[in-house]
Amino acid sequence: MGTENKTITPKRESLFSKKNRKLLKDPLGDSNPITIQVLGICSALAITVQLQQAVIMSLSVLFVMIGGNVIVSLLRNLIPDRIRIIVQLVIIASLVIIVDEVLKAYQPDISEKLSVFVGLIITNCIIMGRLEAFALANKPGPSVFDAIGNGMGYAWVLLVVSIVREIFGSGAISLPGMGQVKFLPQDWFISSGGFYENNNLMILPPMALVVVGIIIWIQRSRNEALIED
Amino acid sequence: MEYFNIFVKGIFVENMIFAYFLGMCSYLAVSKTVKTANGLGLAVIFVLGITVPINYLLENYVLKEGALTWLDPTFATVDLSFLSFIMFIAVIASMVQLVEMIVEKFAPALYGALGIFLPLIAVNCSILGGALFMQERQYPSIGEATTFGLGSGVGWWLAIVAIAAIREKIRYSNVPAPLQGLGITYIITGLMGIAFMSFMGIEI
Repeated sequence: MGTENKTITPKRESLFSKKNRKLLKDPLGDSNPITIQVLGICSALAITVQLQQAVIMSLSVLFVMIGGNVIVSLLRNLIPDRIRIIVQLVIIASLVIIVDEVLKAYQPDISEKLSVFVGLIITNCIIMGRLEAFALANKPGPSVFDAIGNGMGYAWVLLVVSIVREIFGSGAISLPGMGQVKFLPQDWFISSGGFYENNNLMILPPMALVVVGIIIWIQRSRNEALIED
Repeated sequence: MEYFNIFVKGIFVENMIFAYFLGMCSYLAVSKTVKTANGLGLAVIFVLGITVPINYLLENYVLKEGALTWLDPTFATVDLSFLSFIMFIAVIASMVQLVEMIVEKFAPALYGALGIFLPLIAVNCSILGGALFMQERQYPSIGEATTFGLGSGVGWWLAIVAIAAIREKIRYSNVPAPLQGLGITYIITGLMGIAFMSFMGIEI
């Protein structure tokens, strides 16, 4: 896991000081969890067929990350080093259970579609990775910023992949609470005498990988420093 | 025949990597050479083959609604399934630890091959994924659940060895610089996934 250990000891600094802004901004770009650090891909790809699933998933991960980072950071001096992995797993698992129960209660059909992937937030390496690399060594304040930054970095990749896949795959966009909005006129489609047809390949799981591959390609050609040799 | 069907399905049709993207993190991180990929793959088969049946017992005799009736008939309405995440991950983490110690004691040669990979596996999504799919699909017996675990493990091993072999060779190809490393691995995995989709719908 390519995570770097930042040790930041803020004295009294303003909410949006340079350090905090850096914590928020870096994971969005040059140390993005999915495209650069290679963390948390497992759940990222499987649920990007539709935008609404991706939105719900991102919010769930964001919640678990913030909760986990704050709790671990508060307990960081109490957790014995040797059993820290299991302590972290228990904290994350409890937060994920909360998310799962809330989703089952308020978004039952999306919870159905996400099936096992809500549970798999537990083993999402992003969360473990940030707990290990950041929350264990830093105060709760910066940990919250780190969690928000990484959660958002995870979220934007998810949202972009799912928007691309949904537009090309089903010719529609779906948001939680709005259902699926088809914005292409019905008579454009070949089935009703038009010229356009949805690309069903985009709905299939492998295309998520290709789309992420292309995002990585674009990101690395814009910033030569990220290129691997 | 049913067992064989579940086994083949786990390897090809419902491949952990190509159909569900489970265990992608270690799949991408440890697939630089075939030798290490092989070690990690074998460790995954091993751990899935052990944890899925244990979690099956846990699910069917403790967690499921009415599962506690063997203890006392009045427990018929107790439903502990909301605890399943935390129980499964605890079982997995402790089993991995236990397996590591047992292998170290009784099979030093195997430990030499798998040793460094075992701790990594506790947080490999495919192991928890195996347990959660087992829970969702409600296999009728422990034999079928074990077969499913082993089949998915073999599928994962196959995927990581294949991508490692390709990555060893692709080093000599002229890949565009920004795509090198991670990017091309994603795209190749996508193409392999499309190839694996041709197994869809196979019934034996």
